[in-house]
Amino acid sequence: MKSFTYERANTAAEAVAAVAAMPGAKFIAGGTNLLDLMKLGIEAPVHLVDINRLGLDAIEPTEAGGLRIGAMVRNTDLAADARVRRDYAVLSRALLAGASGQLRNKATTGGNLLQRTRCAYFYNTDMPCNKRSPGSGCAAVGGLSHNHAVMGVSDACIATHPSDMAVALRALDATVEVISAKGSMRMIPIADFHRLPGDTPHLETNLQANEMVTAVILPRPVGGTHIYRKVRERASYAFANIAVAMIVREGKAARLALGGVAHKPWRVEAAEDAPAEGIADIVLAGARPTADNAYKLDLTRRTIAACLGDAS
Amino acid sequence: MPGTEDAGLPEAPGAVPLSLCVNGKPWVLQIDPRTSLLDALREHLHLTGTKKGCDHGQCGACTVLVNGRRINSCLSLAVMHEGDEISTIEGLGSPEALHPMQQAFIDHDGFQCGYCTPGQILSALAVIEEIKAGIPSHVTADLNAPPPLSASEIRERMSGNLCRCAAYPNIIAAIQDVSGIPS
Repeated sequence: MKSFTYERANTAAEAVAAVAAMPGAKFIAGGTNLLDLMKLGIEAPVHLVDINRLGLDAIEPTEAGGLRIGAMVRNTDLAADARVRRDYAVLSRALLAGASGQLRNKATTGGNLLQRTRCAYFYNTDMPCNKRSPGSGCAAVGGLSHNHAVMGVSDACIATHPSDMAVALRALDATVEVISAKGSMRMIPIADFHRLPGDTPHLETNLQANEMVTAVILPRPVGGTHIYRKVRERASYAFANIAVAMIVREGKAARLALGGVAHKPWRVEAAEDAPAEGIADIVLAGARPTADNAYKLDLTRRTIAACLGDAS
Repeated sequence: MPGTEDAGLPEAPGAVPLSLCVNGKPWVLQIDPRTSLLDALREHLHLTGTKKGCDHGQCGACTVLVNGRRINSCLSLAVMHEGDEISTIEGLGSPEALHPMQQAFIDHDGFQCGYCTPGQILSALAVIEEIKAGIPSHVTADLNAPPPLSASEIRERMSGNLCRCAAYPNIIAAIQDVSGIPS
């Protein structure tokens, strides 16, 4: 691992100022993704600002009737929160479908949103990757693409976003609260937080330089049956082939977002409240699979049907 | 500092001070910020019970408890644990006085090579506490009820600990034994 210097921040304002003060600096929260990438030489920060002692670890009711989740709330604690289990079950279910108990104890709400793709070519520094090394090409296009994206892909990148949590947040219409290096706050709707790859797959979110996530805000609960169905190649502790977050009301998908199919959590508003038999066709319109991952289209169709079945 | 010990390794350039409490014993170290908690335990404190398997958070061999919660010590920097209480396999029991979970792994033949066993045991102890604390899992049917202390709950919660010898059925039996569930 490349050497770096380390400091511990005590407030959010101090943390963003510290990262802004040193080019090449990064925040470190749970570290479960960043340290892995640093060991492999994919990330090489020159300075780490530890944000584990900022606070930002509370889950509080908002005036609007929702919840404000501090960016440092651990995945275990968010999934186990009684209000989240009762009113936002799709979020609890998504979190519990991800990673392992050990990782969920460390991984944070903010860090989960910012985790990088698990595309094997992104991880293999001997291979071209436009995300890791802009302009070098994409080895997944024409390579082994069994678990790559089928929606919103570009010629430059067909990687998926690996988060389960973010798929549920997209279905719930969450908002991401961020602080800038100057200390000002702004809100980013989850729909606009992650980017499609386009020609710039190395830009994964719309966070500006040195901005830090401080919280995720959930709006009022969405009534209905909350379902998160994750299809993967083992029963536990694996990334999704595809995942469906759905809130079902009166036999229809009142909310629908997919994971494992795109460079960002993939919500399809046009399919929401559509007649059950038409949902999958709307969702899959415009899909661009490879020969390796065309199975994801059938899997999506069947998983949507299974979710509707779960709720009936 | 009174009551503390330094492992006495030569100081690396750029090393930073760190105080840790491991199995109830305080330590003061000067440590390269790159050092994982796992390497700090093994290489600096010579507590080699905690094992390095994949070093990427995938196998669970490095599982330790930090302030009572299980984590992968390979995916955490030692410097991020200033003042933390760390529990490792060395703190659980001794050959003369085994911890009940250690005895159960022997009684149920819960290992072959034994390399993953310290991580399995630390994880198993945390799993029982997590269920008792009402933390749900992927297999919990009712999110609004306390999760049952069942074999399927244990199996799901242990999925972050791989055993290349595949002693899984016996590991689950050992944990069930300690949890008081008939196997």
